[in-house]
Amino acid sequence: MSIKRLFALAMCVAIIPAVALTGCSGDKPEASSSIVVGIPQDLEDSLDPHEAVAAGTKEILFNIYEGLLKPDENGNLIPAVAKEYSVSVDGLTYSFILRNGVKFHDGQNVTAEDVKYSIEKSAGLTGEQSLITAFSNIKEVNIVDNDQVDIVLKEKDIDFPAYVANLNAAIIPRGNSTPATKPIGTGPYMYVSRSPQENMILKKFDEYWGTPANIENITLKIIPNADSIVMNLNGGSVDMFARLTVTQTQQLSKNFNILEGEMNLVQAVYLNHARAPFDNVDVCRALSYAVDVDNILELTSDKKGFPVGSSMFPAFKKYYVDLTDSYPTDREKAKELLAKAGYPDGFSFSITVPSNYQPHIEAAQVVAEQLKQIGVKADIKLVEWNTWLSDVYSGRDYEATLIGVDASSLTATAMLDRFVTDADNNFTNYSNKEYDDLYKKLFVTPSDEERVEIYKQLQKNLADNAANIYIQDMAEFVALSDKYEGYTFYPLYVQDFAKIKLKGQ
Amino acid sequence: MDKLVFKIKKNPELYAGAVITAVMLLVILLGRLFVPYDPDAMNAADKFARPSLAHLMGCDNFGRDLYARLAAGGATTLFIALATVLIGVVFGIIVGAFTGYYGGALDEILMRFNDAVLAFPSILLALVVISIMGSGTFKVIISLGIVFIPSFARIVRSEFLRCKNLDYVRSARLMGAHDLRIMFVHILPNTFPVLLSSTVIGFNNAVLAEASMSFLGIGVQPPSSSLGRMLSDAQAFLFMSPGYAILTGVTIALIILGFSLLGDGLKKNA
Amino acid sequence: MKTVLKKSITFIFTVLLVTFFVFIAFELIPGDAATARLGTNATPEALAKLREELGLTRPFFVRYFSWLASFFFGDMGTSYSYGVSVRSMLAQKLPITLTLTLMSFILTVAVSIPIGLLTSKYEDRAVSTVLDVTGQLTMSVPPFFLGILVTYIFGMILHMFTPGGFVSYNVNFVRFIGYLVFPAISIALPKAAMSTKLLKTSILSERNLDYVRSAYSRGNSTMDVLYKHVLKNAIIPVITFLGMTLADIVAGSLVIEQVFSIPGYGRLLISSIANRDYPVVQAIIAIIAMIVIIINLLVDILYRVLDPRLRDM
Repeated sequence: MSIKRLFALAMCVAIIPAVALTGCSGDKPEASSSIVVGIPQDLEDSLDPHEAVAAGTKEILFNIYEGLLKPDENGNLIPAVAKEYSVSVDGLTYSFILRNGVKFHDGQNVTAEDVKYSIEKSAGLTGEQSLITAFSNIKEVNIVDNDQVDIVLKEKDIDFPAYVANLNAAIIPRGNSTPATKPIGTGPYMYVSRSPQENMILKKFDEYWGTPANIENITLKIIPNADSIVMNLNGGSVDMFARLTVTQTQQLSKNFNILEGEMNLVQAVYLNHARAPFDNVDVCRALSYAVDVDNILELTSDKKGFPVGSSMFPAFKKYYVDLTDSYPTDREKAKELLAKAGYPDGFSFSITVPSNYQPHIEAAQVVAEQLKQIGVKADIKLVEWNTWLSDVYSGRDYEATLIGVDASSLTATAMLDRFVTDADNNFTNYSNKEYDDLYKKLFVTPSDEERVEIYKQLQKNLADNAANIYIQDMAEFVALSDKYEGYTFYPLYVQDFAKIKLKGQ
Repeated sequence: MDKLVFKIKKNPELYAGAVITAVMLLVILLGRLFVPYDPDAMNAADKFARPSLAHLMGCDNFGRDLYARLAAGGATTLFIALATVLIGVVFGIIVGAFTGYYGGALDEILMRFNDAVLAFPSILLALVVISIMGSGTFKVIISLGIVFIPSFARIVRSEFLRCKNLDYVRSARLMGAHDLRIMFVHILPNTFPVLLSSTVIGFNNAVLAEASMSFLGIGVQPPSSSLGRMLSDAQAFLFMSPGYAILTGVTIALIILGFSLLGDGLKKNA
Repeated sequence: MKTVLKKSITFIFTVLLVTFFVFIAFELIPGDAATARLGTNATPEALAKLREELGLTRPFFVRYFSWLASFFFGDMGTSYSYGVSVRSMLAQKLPITLTLTLMSFILTVAVSIPIGLLTSKYEDRAVSTVLDVTGQLTMSVPPFFLGILVTYIFGMILHMFTPGGFVSYNVNFVRFIGYLVFPAISIALPKAAMSTKLLKTSILSERNLDYVRSAYSRGNSTMDVLYKHVLKNAIIPVITFLGMTLADIVAGSLVIEQVFSIPGYGRLLISSIANRDYPVVQAIIAIIAMIVIIINLLVDILYRVLDPRLRDM
């Protein structure tokens, strides 16, 4: 090839991209009913409902799996795979009558065997560890006939139905040996495919027993880089994104409706009480006095959000007690307490924050800056979500972490059981005898009124001992393209895609 | 005066590079010394404040003064680059001097090793090193420093190869000078002209590497500011305050421009 | 031929070294494959059982060489996070990164050679100075900042593409290529500026050599001399540079993929490092090392074809 021709070729090649360009401008084509939902992390823990731990995974799996019961948007338990249930007089046997004609996504009918298998697997009776602490109370699961399954408990637990509605107790087919890579459930949406770190695709399940979903196809697009969410939304490649920051919503174009709700979680700096200096209650109190929650809200969310003072959020109306005044911002007092604890010159520690949750990263920066004023130096350690799960949550190898903790079941216990000394999920290593005794009393107290009182005392215990630096139940902002409507907030950490529909559908 | 014009015309890169670098250093120094704000101090009232007399470049999403942050971030970035290059040069000189001077099997093995490392994209290597040690300012310095050693070692080695049989070295040897003395007193100073321009270019690469790593979120961690980290943050506010991203990006670009011109100019002079 | 052999040995050594390095790296990180896989379900008994199953109790070198052996037979193991074979995961991602790399490379060549010729031909004119200064400025802009600027200007203001609107090649190939144009530009421009500068320096120094002067004095026209004699020799250092650049682009797309939300190998690599999903990390690093090596070999061969002086060495 002569040099001259090479030159010509080079010029041609330079032009090709310019031609290709014309092919890509404009918006994506209007598929009849589909939606692209942005999510901040891939579902890395597991697609097996009995092994999923991350709230971000469970809120998506909510659309694929169902338990015998499930929560609705008002915080009630409604029947799902079971049509109804009853409790024996001694409170130990729960009888579930199965709904007729409930199908798995592979077309098979749900049988009593499947239910027995699922509950036993979920409860850890088949060898694995259970993610629902309360399920260790299950003695046996009995198939009465084709339509009835009885669950027998060792001890009475009036919260039991709430645990049955937990995603970790979802009903899956007995015959599926690999639920983690081939998820099959009974929910309104079925799993189609996934591409790691890219997307996951769901399709409407046509044989769903209940109110069918509206949108045919859902693409869950993974956007781990919080900085590019606004670009994705404004650019038109994502139709919906939940849990945005105020600053993000302010940058969105007019094509989006911003819906505001509550996240139903407790955002706090969770302290590892097994590590010095957080084994010293004065240090914990000092930090609580030093942190100014109003200032955090002002800086990160234009004052939107609901300050909390203990591990309970306002949506649990019956149990919630307002403890936000426990530690009014008082830096002098904080310094005194630090001096008393033996840290007159402060100390330094690190706050571990998952790097894909922008609101937590922002809050952590403000907290670090506030603590500096009492001489405490906080470094922020950003980690990938999965690292957070394995190091902080399971490994308990951290000093402090800023995160939101939600309730996995529709019961106040779900917020409080993790602070019992020997609880499996006690990732803060909180250990307080009074707390443990109070918690035990819950299960032997028959009167509802007295139980509510105990719940309140538990919250007070956490606040008094400054178990964690409590911040807020965050305001939730959901951006939904104006082509859609029907987004529904739940009092739990849940995304219900089945209720979303095209405008006018 | 004419002499100066002539000098500039002969090597415009050197002078342009020196001026740009000096200006950037001055801007950062002034920002560190005379801006009356703590680069980390937050102020709700000044969120996204526009540039004004009080805040010359405006403020970021936490109401932190941008100029103060840019100066602090620039200082961090420059410090990391300096430390990285220092590690690279010092260990590069040691490895290069011994292998170049003595040759032999050790030289052969180390240079194969060197070539292997050089053939592989450096940012990926740094990523792997960082995955062992975790992120943070000092870990970035160490991981980048390690990655930078081979290129300096190669330069020093070839200079030593060239010099070791020159007359002045031979005569020093005849006079009974110790090997170490010959290597570091006689030969080493002669490698400086070549080493200087590669150091400046290495510095340039270090600034870019630090910025890339922090941009990916695996370098400097908040609340510490570095230019890459700031640019990554600024990306989230591109619509609300594009100035934040542009100012940060331009600062990085100007620092790199200054050093790359300086490096070119020094090479021409060498 | 001897040099080719020597180079090949270096290259094989590179793969071994790099993969060995990664293997050691994961050995040093606290926690192993078993803890990563079990996550929150880890009990000491379960860990011990899984370690036995995964063969983690075997000595280090045994594990390394058995990994190496199965890798060369195409078995890259199973991802801990996703439970699917690494090979199938990479088969999805690599075409994306490779396309981006190739497009960036073509752009680099297509921009730098014409401009390099132009600016060296009109060496003393204003146009050359303008091009030189522009080039110097372009070279100094970090690719990720260029990416942000491109997104902002072409995506947000001019609406020439949809930021984040990546379409995979198996869905719509034309739109896939279309989306990659701007990322490719962000990678290519600084590289093109460097290659232009190199080409110009190379042409100018070649032009001052005796044989070119004599060609001029024989009355050949400027253009002819430039093409026939100068470019042929001047291009050689540029090719070396472009070879290195290609390897650089593979690594550089790591950052650009983040800016443009392209799900290539970059995001997978970063998350896999964090998740200690080391079959994935190992495979990616080994494959990149191999790509880099193949490029290097090709450059070497091309080098010899173009420069007969080197052929017998």
